[in-house]
Amino acid sequence: MPTPTKGPRLGGGPAHERLMLANLATALFEHGRITTTEAKAKRLRPLAERLITFAKRGDLHARRRVLTVVRDKSVVHTLFTEIGPNYAGRHGGYTRITKIGPRKGDNAPMAVIELVEPLAEQVVAEATGAAKRAAKEQAAAPKVEAVEVEQATPVEDASGVEETVVVEAVAEESGEGSSDAEGTKE
Amino acid sequence: MAVPKRKTSRSNTRSRRSQWKTSAPNLVTCARCNEKKLSHTACPTCGTYAKRRVLDV
Repeated sequence: MPTPTKGPRLGGGPAHERLMLANLATALFEHGRITTTEAKAKRLRPLAERLITFAKRGDLHARRRVLTVVRDKSVVHTLFTEIGPNYAGRHGGYTRITKIGPRKGDNAPMAVIELVEPLAEQVVAEATGAAKRAAKEQAAAPKVEAVEVEQATPVEDASGVEETVVVEAVAEESGEGSSDAEGTKE
Repeated sequence: MAVPKRKTSRSNTRSRRSQWKTSAPNLVTCARCNEKKLSHTACPTCGTYAKRRVLDV
């Protein structure tokens, strides 16, 4: 028995489902990001990633296999010349699904599915982010340390004094309380 | 064809419908704009998810 397809079935029949997924894949490769329902996005992701893997392989056989799904030759051309080589250093995970909440009208949960940025751009973005964070920490760190050092000794002394006072107060209170209790008993 | 013998009483109807309940959506505070939003979902107010721009607001 063949393994059932993962995820919900779409459309009115197998042919309709194939057509819808093919159209979604075409739109995704044409525009880079599309807004659709969560169910369709989740069904589209494995198909789109398989097509991108074909694009990375890049030979004629792969192109013909992609053309059986994506009928638009210009989209297949951009897929093989731009999208595929972008992901040369990435093993899968070419798309990202972000949920954007329910749709007005039928309350269907919607999602944005998009092609992730090429690895080089992402590395640059992460590096700039890390540099910014490091700069912030360096700017903030010396002040904080200095303040801590200045406050450290007096705070300890004060707390120690307070603690002793509090302990004495508690002792007094407890003594009074016990004496009161004894008084009531008598 | 099998058909109901008796009219469903008002009491039975109402006891059946007493189980129709709604549940509150799981809202969390957006880290960026401090507005309430659905968890694991892009913020509809500022249009971001995980510090990434998702929606044009």
